[in-house]
Amino acid sequence: MPSVMLRKRDDGKLLFYVAKKDLEETIESLEFDAPEKWGGEVVLGDGSRYYFEPLSPAPKIPTTLQAKRL
Amino acid sequence: MPAMTREETEALIQEVLEVYPEKAKNDRAKHLAVNDQSLEKANKCITSNRKSLPGVMTIRGCAYAGSKGVVWGPIKDMIHISHGPVGCGQYSRAGRRNYYVGTTGVNTFGTMNFTSDFQEKDIVFGGDKKLAKLIDEIEVLFPLNKGISIQSECPIGLIGDDIEAVAKMKKKEHGKTVVPVRCEGFRGVSQSLGHHIANDAIRDWVLEARDGDDSFPTTPYDVAVIGDYNIGGDAWASRTLLEEMGLRVVAQWSGDGTIAEIEKTPKVKLNLIHCYRSMNYIARHMEEKYSIPWIEYNFFGPTKIAESLRRIAAHFDDTIKEGAERVIERYKAEYEAVIAKYRPRLEGKRVMLYVGGLRPRHVIGAYEDLGMEVVGTGYEFAHNDDYDRTIKEMGNATLLYDDVTGYEFEEFVKKIQPDLIGSGIKEKYIFQKMGIPFRQMHSWDYSGPYHGFDGFAIFARDMDMTLNNPCWKNIKAPWKKETASEPVKAAA
Repeated sequence: MPSVMLRKRDDGKLLFYVAKKDLEETIESLEFDAPEKWGGEVVLGDGSRYYFEPLSPAPKIPTTLQAKRL
Repeated sequence: MPAMTREETEALIQEVLEVYPEKAKNDRAKHLAVNDQSLEKANKCITSNRKSLPGVMTIRGCAYAGSKGVVWGPIKDMIHISHGPVGCGQYSRAGRRNYYVGTTGVNTFGTMNFTSDFQEKDIVFGGDKKLAKLIDEIEVLFPLNKGISIQSECPIGLIGDDIEAVAKMKKKEHGKTVVPVRCEGFRGVSQSLGHHIANDAIRDWVLEARDGDDSFPTTPYDVAVIGDYNIGGDAWASRTLLEEMGLRVVAQWSGDGTIAEIEKTPKVKLNLIHCYRSMNYIARHMEEKYSIPWIEYNFFGPTKIAESLRRIAAHFDDTIKEGAERVIERYKAEYEAVIAKYRPRLEGKRVMLYVGGLRPRHVIGAYEDLGMEVVGTGYEFAHNDDYDRTIKEMGNATLLYDDVTGYEFEEFVKKIQPDLIGSGIKEKYIFQKMGIPFRQMHSWDYSGPYHGFDGFAIFARDMDMTLNNPCWKNIKAPWKKETASEPVKAAA
């Protein structure tokens, strides 16, 4: 369960950052991306997949969330 | 010597790896790469931030060096206790040349060494009592200190002392900030983890001090300079440019910085990150907690400075944008004169770099402004994200080396024969004895500042002074010179 820091890049893409793993990747797809439901499975730029417990309402970004590695 | 092709560079890496045993060879191969600008991500070509191999000569430091030497040490009005045996603090004392203003020993303590000087009995019975006593003594002898940080050396973690408890007790007793930092040297693979631990300690013990206190008057142009350690006055050279363009620099992290500045940083509008490697953690934290955006900038060489000033200005209104243009215009004559003077003397010279966490990519622009070419670069303790940023800065088919060993570096230099090497003190004399001009790029070889337009003039002068020094012609003994000299006439 890595703790993931999410922030918006200048071009609007979400960055997925895990300090401990030294991992900084863009989020390519996000299962639920709506103001009332946010989270689910995410696919990163390098192809790895993670899972966020769906949140309602959507979190304010930047934020730190727990993700599960799939 | 013409630029090397991709195949030649790859062959060179293979040749250098040849001497290692199989296992070491496989490991080291991952850390050496030929640059390929078409790559988006560095992890495709290079592995970084891994444990150094036993038996090879690495040039890295430890977590204590990263925390006490880099991040905490320059905070001038705090006393940083090197908690543990005496050597760690003494041998790293004042070596980094982070300049500051103040009266040392009265209200600033940057170049002093405070240590708990562990003895056998402290290891056996624990050093907490000694630490408490030390803090009390500091309060008596140096009452103008604004806080104390406890920088752990290896034994503290090994014997399991509770420095947090001492810190909390003494904080209550003296009413000053006391920060325990768990930066024992054995943690992590290099000084990089020390930076992270130090950032986390600032986050947990200092940064929140003024939350909910709005008495500090703010302006829309408040910024903090983060990750500039004022080596030879770098932060001052940077600060003048930012102030000239109309920004107000509230805090300097941590060169010539104070604890009050750090506590005020959450009030700023934008964080400017120079050394990304050592302070991105705190910038990310402030972005999340206080919604302060951060950007990276580069104040080496006029091209990059102008680029950075414009990028910084883009975060503000038109007065700042005009200010940035005004600053660039104002220094134009000055830096053009520098280039006109030194470029003809340095044009086409080839440089190899091996520094810490930011300069291997940040100074490339400055060399290019002088017409020089960086043909190889590498970091002691960079992570993947640093190499991501480096790939675009470096030319194609140039050499990248992560955590290079003494042997590899020497061999690379012998083959590539650069005109100048920029690295640290441990490498300096080896290469000078090989007859290759050398500049220390950690401490600017006791010169500086190199940041900003003013610094660029000094940078150019230093490079010229080193490269074109007549001594390099005399490095070979006269009888070993191949050029056939006039036969000596026999005495009549």
